[in-house]
Amino acid sequence: MEKKKPKNVFVQGAISSDFIGTSIAKHQTKTSIGAHNIFLGQVRADEIDGNTVTAIDYTAYEEMANQKFYEIREATFEKFDLTCMHIYHSLGKVNAGEICLFVFVSSPRRKVVFEALEYVVEAIKADVPVFGKEIFEDQTHQWKQNS
Amino acid sequence: MQLTIKYFGMLAEATTITEEEIHTDVCSVAQLVEKLKNQYPKLSDKDFKIAINQELVDQNHMITTETEVALLPPFAGG
Repeated sequence: MEKKKPKNVFVQGAISSDFIGTSIAKHQTKTSIGAHNIFLGQVRADEIDGNTVTAIDYTAYEEMANQKFYEIREATFEKFDLTCMHIYHSLGKVNAGEICLFVFVSSPRRKVVFEALEYVVEAIKADVPVFGKEIFEDQTHQWKQNS
Repeated sequence: MQLTIKYFGMLAEATTITEEEIHTDVCSVAQLVEKLKNQYPKLSDKDFKIAINQELVDQNHMITTETEVALLPPFAGG
C-alpha cells in the first residue's frame, strides 16, 4: 500500500464554531454513521498568583507534529471500528474561552466513539510536540505543560 | 559533520534562537546536550527531550551523520 503523506492538522488562530458546525454538516451524506463524538479543547483563564491567563500562543515542531498526528490516526483506525476521524489544532494566539483543539470521530455504533475519542485526545496530549505560552493580563507569560 | 539544531518554546526563549548549524564530531546525544548547555547556560535548568529526524531518542543514542536535532520542552497540546 502506498504510504500517505501526513495531512496538515494545524489551523492559524482559534477554531470557530462555524467551522465545527460545517464539519458536522458535511457528515450528513455519510449515512452508515450512527454516532459522532467530539472533543473541544478550550483555553482556560487560569489564575496563578493573582494573574489571569488571557490567551495561549501555540507553536509546534510542525513536521514532527503532523507525523505524530498521522501515527495517532493510523493507530486509532487500527484499534477501533471508525468510519472517519478529523483532528484540528490551533497555532498562534488563542484567547481564553476560544477553541484550540477539535477532534471528531464517527462510527456506526456509540460505544466505539466514546473509547476512541479518549484514546485520540490522550495520545495528542502525550505525544505531539506542541508548545503553549500562557499570556497573562499584564503581558507576562509562562510555559504550559500537560499533566 | 554539520548538525541543524532546532529550539522550541521556552528553549528558543532561553537561547534566543530557533535554529542554528553546528559542527561536531560523532557524539552521543548526552555529549551534544552537554555542549549546548555549555554554550547556553540557561538550558541547564530546563527539562527537554531530544528528537532526531523527528523521532525521540535517548541520551545514549549516537549521532553519526548530518541530521536535524530538535530540543523539545514539555508538550502542551490541546
